[in-house]
Amino acid sequence: MSTRAKIVRMINQIADNVQNEVDPASATAEHIRLFWDPRMRALLLEDETDGLNETAARARAQLRGLFSNFAL
Amino acid sequence: MTYQPQVDFGTPASNEEDMVSLTIDGRAISVAAGTSVLRAAAEQGTSIPKLCATDSVKSFGSCRLCLVEIEGRRGTPASCTTPVEPGMVVRTQTPHLAKLRKGVMELYISDHPLDCLTCGANGDCELQDQAGAVGLRDVRYAVQADHLGQAKDHSNPYFDFDPSKCIACSRCIRACDEVQGTLALTMAGRGFDSKISAGLASDNFLGSECVSCGACVQACPTATLIEKKVVEVGTPDRSVVTTCAYCGVGCTFRAELRGEQVVRMVPYKEGKANRGHSCVKGRFAWGYAQHQERILKPMIRAKISDPWREVEWDEALSYAASELKRISDTYGRLALGGITSSRCTNEETFLVQKLVRAGFGNNNVDTCARVCHSPTGYGLKTTFGTSAGTQDFDSIEACDVILIIGANPTDGHPVFASRMKRRLRAGAKLIVIDPRRTDIVRSPHIEADYHLPLRPGTNVAVLTAMAHVIVTEGLADEAFIRARCDWDEYQLWAEFVSDKRNAPETLEPVTMVPALDLRAAARLFASEPNGAIYYGLGVTEHSQGSSTVMAIANLAMATGNIGRRGVGVNPLRGQNNVQGACDMGSFPHELSGYRHISDDATRALFETDWGVSLDPEPGLRIPSMLDGAVDGVFKALYCQGEDILQSDPDTKHVSAGLAAMECVIVHDLFLNETANYAHIFLPGSTFLEKNGTFTNAERRIQPVRKVMTPLNGLEDWEVTQRLANAMGLGWTYTHPREIMDEIARLTPTFAGVSFDRLDAEGSLQWPVNDAAPNGSPIMHIDGFVRGKGKFVVTDYVPTDEKTGPRFPLLLTTGRILSHYNVGAQTRRTENVVWHVEDLLEIHPIDAEDRGVQSGDWVKLASRSGETTLRATVTDRVAPGVVYTTFHHPATQANVVTTEFSDWATNCPEYKVTAVQIMPSNGPTDWQADYETLSTRARRIEAASAL
Repeated sequence: MSTRAKIVRMINQIADNVQNEVDPASATAEHIRLFWDPRMRALLLEDETDGLNETAARARAQLRGLFSNFAL
Repeated sequence: MTYQPQVDFGTPASNEEDMVSLTIDGRAISVAAGTSVLRAAAEQGTSIPKLCATDSVKSFGSCRLCLVEIEGRRGTPASCTTPVEPGMVVRTQTPHLAKLRKGVMELYISDHPLDCLTCGANGDCELQDQAGAVGLRDVRYAVQADHLGQAKDHSNPYFDFDPSKCIACSRCIRACDEVQGTLALTMAGRGFDSKISAGLASDNFLGSECVSCGACVQACPTATLIEKKVVEVGTPDRSVVTTCAYCGVGCTFRAELRGEQVVRMVPYKEGKANRGHSCVKGRFAWGYAQHQERILKPMIRAKISDPWREVEWDEALSYAASELKRISDTYGRLALGGITSSRCTNEETFLVQKLVRAGFGNNNVDTCARVCHSPTGYGLKTTFGTSAGTQDFDSIEACDVILIIGANPTDGHPVFASRMKRRLRAGAKLIVIDPRRTDIVRSPHIEADYHLPLRPGTNVAVLTAMAHVIVTEGLADEAFIRARCDWDEYQLWAEFVSDKRNAPETLEPVTMVPALDLRAAARLFASEPNGAIYYGLGVTEHSQGSSTVMAIANLAMATGNIGRRGVGVNPLRGQNNVQGACDMGSFPHELSGYRHISDDATRALFETDWGVSLDPEPGLRIPSMLDGAVDGVFKALYCQGEDILQSDPDTKHVSAGLAAMECVIVHDLFLNETANYAHIFLPGSTFLEKNGTFTNAERRIQPVRKVMTPLNGLEDWEVTQRLANAMGLGWTYTHPREIMDEIARLTPTFAGVSFDRLDAEGSLQWPVNDAAPNGSPIMHIDGFVRGKGKFVVTDYVPTDEKTGPRFPLLLTTGRILSHYNVGAQTRRTENVVWHVEDLLEIHPIDAEDRGVQSGDWVKLASRSGETTLRATVTDRVAPGVVYTTFHHPATQANVVTTEFSDWATNCPEYKVTAVQIMPSNGPTDWQADYETLSTRARRIEAASAL
């Protein structure tokens, strides 16, 4: 499995496990902010391919906003 | 210190709080009620002769040597079985007593071989001592019948049994019963024919149920049971108190030596984790320290296809530093990383993460806890606010119901399991949630009230179903929850678990746990006054490992089982210093004390102390390092005390990652499997050869003391310091105590820890600070560290690892008593007599379907890879489930495990792999190729004659 494919699976997995949070997308994005290294985040953010579930896709959008000013 | 035997008070200490005053030999003394006269005398320094009494077991009253006279009482009662009473006047030395004792000793010695000068226990024998103490000078009895000349039993690899020297005091039997709880020994025969027997008369020690914990050997007052090493080397002449380097129980031992040679490791009675007990690993399996395969000279090579070349330390370290600098200059600072080890000391671990952060300039540091207890850190920090267990081991003594989930304590944590079994024999209830019928489910005098043999991967569903029963049946502790937890979060959680989709009946088809049993177990757990949960890697090593830890915390909070003795959430840590390695900032997202790297104030504290700027971004986890290596962006690794090729999942991916790196530095005792891909090998030192501290599963920081000179010349912290200085960091530590001072300076939970305090106290449980100057045996007493306890909704999310027509069985992995982790240490000891190879457990129905019988070679295949091993057919596993261990590199069990992992921490999902089993003729291509590679990679260039 490629690193990119793993990252898609991992964010989907996070999203599945925080579905009961008040804001699952924000919880997913916050988890990634706290625990993922910049390269993983960069691979996630540059990836335009599909495969993300709905929560994960919204989390990625939030992360794009959060890290738009940072060099990845 | 000069050798002195540990003080034996004759009978166990009393737990009574009331004190009793009495007079012994004219001296007044006050002792706890319930204390024996024998012990009271010992506490005031009066030694009463004894043989059948020892303070590790209850008094027995059989040897008639400890007789005393008590004013107002007839006769001469045995002091071991006579409790003190107020105003009692005792005489221990009178002419009448002396005559009686001499007569008793004369009888003993009349049936004992008088070979003291050539006996292995000469000078360390209680029988010899007592003969001297009573002044025995001759034996009047003519020899007509005796027990001399009986055959010795040499079968156990570590100790001998010589029945000719046995005095039938039963100390060994009682130690096996009361201390170890195995009940392997018995007294066969009656009267003159009485004889200690291991199991059936036809058994020898090796063939019996004896688990070689050594309790019987320690209890024996003669040379009947004696360590082979003492027979070989002689009795010790000095001792050093230190901490075992095997599992997370953290037993305290006295290393007893003759000169620089370890003669034996004896469990230390004052040890607060083990309370004087031991297991086969810590007690006996330390021979690896001087095994011929230890590498004692640094080695380097340009390519992994080259043979190793031995070099001096300076050359190895300057080469390592130059390679790290070259790679940093060429590929950037993020191309470097390090792995700390849970087998190393806190101080060594702290230095490795400091080297990475301050020297490599990134946070690419991770630890082997990534693959074991990282979900514990995440789950307990989220719910309670602290990444650690809540109790001390002593807490078990106040427990009324024990819930064990995903742990096999009799194999993985045997010394604590013995304490657990003692509590169970005393009446505590037991619930076991495990796919296998582990030994603790049913053992002598113990039977689990409920064993819930769940389908692997359904822990969250089972725990949520238990919560469903507790909440819907009104068994939750509302007063505790209102006072201690966030009430709004509780209500959300209660609503969630109460939903019918979480009912045991709804989930039974998923979990395979009968709903009636699950309901009964939940009621039992909630209804007893004190319920404690103990768990292991069967909880954490799942795709929902962190969720399961939080579900456990939910259950403890919902039933009010937090904040006092007898309750709590207790992760049983696999390796000796898992807790410590995590505490020391080994994870890539946090500094010591679990403070996030992005926190400016925390980072500033370290930056000021270290004089460097720190990267505020989380670094790479081990899986990310390997992914990065395969992708060509991660190039150099410093790996201390960890064998990722054997221990980490998806071996082919690990080997591909390591092979892609340009500089792999392995710092270890042996040329382990990871070293096959290394360019620089730095020889490590064993726990016997260095100073430092380990922190066990109960947060207990304990001293590790150097008992012998490092065979390689350097302690591990010195090697890391020299590597750092070769990179220009200018470190100046002269002793690990200075590293601990730095840890204490920078880590609030360690603020009150120092080597001086540890020497004075023996050990300290963090937090140790102004609020808890003497440490914290039990946490969250008045409130949770995070404030209010947090209930987290833990929805069951099935793993992506699915069974199907190609891979219809589920593989789960674990370990056994005689081996430790990847076996690097224990495979180099006599422990191999109990386990020479990894075996695959398969249920009779599954075996029958495949034409497999015990002993057959079988191929174990998953979508990741395949390996072969021998099968053992057993109903310990359920139909559809197979099980194996990962102690032997030839098996390569992790070739089969997958890249799936815990959603929050990336802890691998070792416990659930879809597999197929089929008969096989021998090793797979992978095993054959790997053996070739391994042999080639271990070549060492012949040393020059000059």
